[in-house]
Amino acid sequence: MQGSTADQNQTDIAYAATTNAATEHHSEHPDLRLFGFIVFLVSESMLFLGLFVAYFAFRVVTPDWPPEGTEELELVLPGINTIILLSSSFVIHRADTAIKHNGDVKAARLWFGITILMGATFLAGQVYEYQHLGFGLTTNLFASTFYILTGFHGLHVFVGLLLMSTVLWRSRQPGHYSETSHFGIEATEVYWHFVDVIWVILFLILYIL
Amino acid sequence: MTQAQAPHLEDVEVTPWREYFSFSTDHKVIGIQYLVTSFVFYLIGGLLAELVRTELATPASDFVPRETYNELFTMHATIMIFLWIIPCLTGGFGNFLVPLMIGARDMAFPKLNAIAFWIIPPTGVMFLLSFFVGPASAGWTSYPPLSLITNKAGEAIWILGVILLGTSSIMAGLNFLVTILKMRIPSMTLNDMPLFCWAMLATSALQLIATPVLTGAMVLLGFDLLVGTAFFNPTGGGDPIVYQHMFWFYSHPAVYIMILPAFGLISEILPVHARKPIFGYQAIAYSSIAISFLGLIVWAHHMFTSGTPDWLRMFFMIATMIIAVPTGIKVFSWVATVWGGKLNLCSAMLFGMAFVSMFVVGGLSGVMVASVPFDIHVHDTYFIVAHLHYVLFGGSVFGIYAGLYHWFPKMTGRMLNEWWGKVHFTLTFVGFNMCFLPMHILGLQGMNRRIAEYDPKFATINLICTIGSYILAVSTIPFVVNAVWSWIAGAKANSNPWKGLTLEWTVPSPPPVENFDEDPVLVIGPYDYGTPKALEVVASTLAPPALAVEGAE
Repeated sequence: MQGSTADQNQTDIAYAATTNAATEHHSEHPDLRLFGFIVFLVSESMLFLGLFVAYFAFRVVTPDWPPEGTEELELVLPGINTIILLSSSFVIHRADTAIKHNGDVKAARLWFGITILMGATFLAGQVYEYQHLGFGLTTNLFASTFYILTGFHGLHVFVGLLLMSTVLWRSRQPGHYSETSHFGIEATEVYWHFVDVIWVILFLILYIL
Repeated sequence: MTQAQAPHLEDVEVTPWREYFSFSTDHKVIGIQYLVTSFVFYLIGGLLAELVRTELATPASDFVPRETYNELFTMHATIMIFLWIIPCLTGGFGNFLVPLMIGARDMAFPKLNAIAFWIIPPTGVMFLLSFFVGPASAGWTSYPPLSLITNKAGEAIWILGVILLGTSSIMAGLNFLVTILKMRIPSMTLNDMPLFCWAMLATSALQLIATPVLTGAMVLLGFDLLVGTAFFNPTGGGDPIVYQHMFWFYSHPAVYIMILPAFGLISEILPVHARKPIFGYQAIAYSSIAISFLGLIVWAHHMFTSGTPDWLRMFFMIATMIIAVPTGIKVFSWVATVWGGKLNLCSAMLFGMAFVSMFVVGGLSGVMVASVPFDIHVHDTYFIVAHLHYVLFGGSVFGIYAGLYHWFPKMTGRMLNEWWGKVHFTLTFVGFNMCFLPMHILGLQGMNRRIAEYDPKFATINLICTIGSYILAVSTIPFVVNAVWSWIAGAKANSNPWKGLTLEWTVPSPPPVENFDEDPVLVIGPYDYGTPKALEVVASTLAPPALAVEGAE
């Protein structure tokens, strides 16, 4: 590199030359984002596992569960919600297929849009259920665990909606996602499946068992 | 400076000091940011410890009010664990060393790395500011219902801080796991990795698996504290024991998060300064993984007096004692490594060997307290305080010091002063043992921890502990002065001052941005000392960069 008197352009060129030379001898930085994201989800699942185990512990130490006088949970609305959320997993997978097989951004956008609608419907149903339940957050231990578990999951659904909206926003720019480069779409899909699996477990232990 | 020297100075890349105060994504800058930040918190946490010891110098509660005493030891432990040892060992050494050791140019996710670091200083400041509203005072374990009825504002800040630091730790662990698994140079298999990388691999798995459960516990505790739920509040039908399970599910593995990287550092330092191959490479590597796994299934040994059923206590007692096996394997391997070696008794080696001997004391008392009948007697006494400080100070902190002396030349391009290093070592070693060894006796005689007053019959031993703690406080002065002075004006370090064989010694000190011009190719194992090949490799690391550095002078 030149001394301090060298003009900016020259320095830039010299710098570019050195970096090029460096990359030639250097293996390219592999794309590890998806791997890292999956590791993150494994870690995140420990958060839910901890809460699930805490739920069972509370259930074991409490004499009658749910405590007497707690309004029974009804199954129709949550059942419909479950079906909506589960089917949305198949919908979002179509977006993934579309982008991977022929780089069809338009189709991916469409499937993402539908998934957003389904996720939003799920959240709306959850809010409706909250409003019509006969117990509040602090009514008793059962009620508190119910709200914490469903609330935590709802938060994850909400984050999923944000992720999908981000993908939609970014996909406005042509070429942002393509057949070969589509981390955002893939990661969002994996995340959405994760949220789905958590819901299935949650639905089983809160409503069925 | 003459005209002729100028081009040489241009050749030596020096990271401008402003970089260290910025959102840098260079793993070496982030590593040093972690080290310096956490060391500042170490000094603050140490100050709190000195206040605690000053109160305990006399049996009466006469130095600070009792409530203040509770705040002091709570924040001492919180700062030392969450802001000093964990960030220093994983974030500091891990960041600086892992990419260099595996021949990578940076971590897998540099931006995430920077975010993980920058969560820490604001959270630390938040903890310190909580002294204005009355900080958390229920002990660092923050057991409900006590934590729900003391210093609410401080407790809320504590919960938020722990969640933030946990998030930072998860981010760092994620980065290390992916980096170690995926970013190694092609010629390096897992079994060619330096042992520090094995240790970091085991540590990052623990960070990823255990920390989220702590976050869950903190969220539930926060709801109890602020919203009025009763997850852990017995008066509302909740169960405080569930909190203890969730808390220790993280906090016992956290002990291994705090010691495994130090094991790794020691496994690097001993062979270099003993000039011998490490004894039992695979045994040390795989025992890290074994400790990591076993560490996840022993947490309830902290709860032998919490009404844990007998069969459960039996399981956790046996599981805990089994951990002594992989740990013992490490200790024997280190001793065998040093045995018959041509020892270079520099400060790094002194701290390294002190680490092994002090950690053995903590490990042995650990096996003692793992046994249910013994633990019931010493639970919540000074025996536990002695045990945990032998592990965390005699272990982790001695390991950190050894690492700082060993890699300071690589980090700064300057040598630390050896004479002051030995003064530092002597003061630390004497002060540490004077402070914590007598605590074993106090505990066996029945002195309870976490109480500002005590029976006058314990006065003499407590005074000895307090004097020891003052020596320990003084011992940091030569280190800080030495480090600051050497960083500015110490003797220049060449690229391989200790004649090491791991990859970080093949690049100039300090290493250039992006570390390696080309992918290095492994020509020798990390610990093949004493072979003709080793001489050749060391000579090759010294030749060209050393000339350049001398030329710059």
